[in-house]
Amino acid sequence: MAWDRNQMAARAAQELEDGMYVNLGIGIPTLVANYVGDKDITLQSENGMLGMGPFPYEGEEDPDLINAGKQTITELARTSYFDSATSFGMIRGGKIAAAILGAMEVAENGDLANWMIPGKLVKGMGGAMDLVAGVGRVIVVMDHTNKAGESKVLKACTLPLTGKSVVDRIITNLGVLDVVDGGLKLVELADGVTEEEFRAATEATLVN
Amino acid sequence: MGVTMKKVYANADEALDGLLKDGMFIAAGGFGLCGIPELLIDALVRNGVKDLTIASNNCGVDGFGLGKLLDTRQIKKMISSYVGENAEFMRQYLSGELELEFNPQGTLAERMRAGGAGIPGFYTKTGVGTVIAEGKDVKNFDGQDYILERGIVADLSIVKGWKADDTGNVIFRKTARNFNPPAAMCGKVCVVEVEEIVERGALDPDNIHLPGIYVHRIIQGEHEKRIEQRTTRKREEA
Repeated sequence: MAWDRNQMAARAAQELEDGMYVNLGIGIPTLVANYVGDKDITLQSENGMLGMGPFPYEGEEDPDLINAGKQTITELARTSYFDSATSFGMIRGGKIAAAILGAMEVAENGDLANWMIPGKLVKGMGGAMDLVAGVGRVIVVMDHTNKAGESKVLKACTLPLTGKSVVDRIITNLGVLDVVDGGLKLVELADGVTEEEFRAATEATLVN
Repeated sequence: MGVTMKKVYANADEALDGLLKDGMFIAAGGFGLCGIPELLIDALVRNGVKDLTIASNNCGVDGFGLGKLLDTRQIKKMISSYVGENAEFMRQYLSGELELEFNPQGTLAERMRAGGAGIPGFYTKTGVGTVIAEGKDVKNFDGQDYILERGIVADLSIVKGWKADDTGNVIFRKTARNFNPPAAMCGKVCVVEVEEIVERGALDPDNIHLPGIYVHRIIQGEHEKRIEQRTTRKREEA
């Protein structure tokens, strides 16, 4: 037993508080928006929008209104639009309270790798490097292990970094970890996961 | 009309006349396929100008947007943050036919804005400790490391707006603004295509997104405005 994608997103949504401006990455992080409930959260889309609304009804798609994943979206009463330089000014300037994003690898010192696999995947970092360098709190949501069953929670990243010592909290299908002095601290186990199972799937140093 | 509109040209080919030469550096607005200068890209294809270096967040998709200039092998080098939507791009890059300089998205936007604002370089913490920092000056301010990034000044900017007046004041629509204003600012010459050229005074002076001083030539035309990822939700049953 462990958390599925939606349960991971629901757990990540618990990190968000009233009044926060938040940037959600592509994949599971996008699902977090479904679980914010009554909390007053403003979603930023780094292509130039604050106050991102849900997908449009069929037939109401607007080619001039997309999110950073290039998906058609809608605006809200609170929405504002701006150019990319202004958008990354608010990111780099620390105005965005939190970013929730996916990862290929996370290390015990908070290093994050999520943009490139040399020789295989060469798509680019998009806004990820700016986000992890600039926002108040970086929360990673990812599977604890890869398809081969190897830990993605490592002593040191093997892939090119997106950011150095940038991650604050890691939410995986097995539980929740915080980056602290000397390694990672187990905060919470997912439903039905034992501490032994969690430790066996974790390469990084766990500290108390 | 009584007023000579010196900045307004009949079409994209005329608007680019005399501005193009092989090996030039072009900054292009747009994010994905949203707010891209479709008409000016088509005119670049017709012109055949080659060995281009293009700073643009993305490189279109196969067969549309800047992807058209890949098909015709007119691009020598791209400066971009994300190029994952384009198989021909990958093929040319992996075979060594195309040079690629990855810039973090915010760094690319700020490089354009800075270049246009007379700032030759700036320090940012984006990319510190990553491959992006390699070979760049590192400076510590107040206990935090920053890397030096250069402002971009392009030979030509190609930009897509929503509406403009004949003096070059431009407004954009929703998220189609994106990289267009910084791309416009960083060009020695800036050509803007819009959906509608309106009378002077029709745009609210308090709500001009790109003041006419940045804009040298303007055209009006029909845009396809292709959607890259059409996502919708279902209406709740009554």
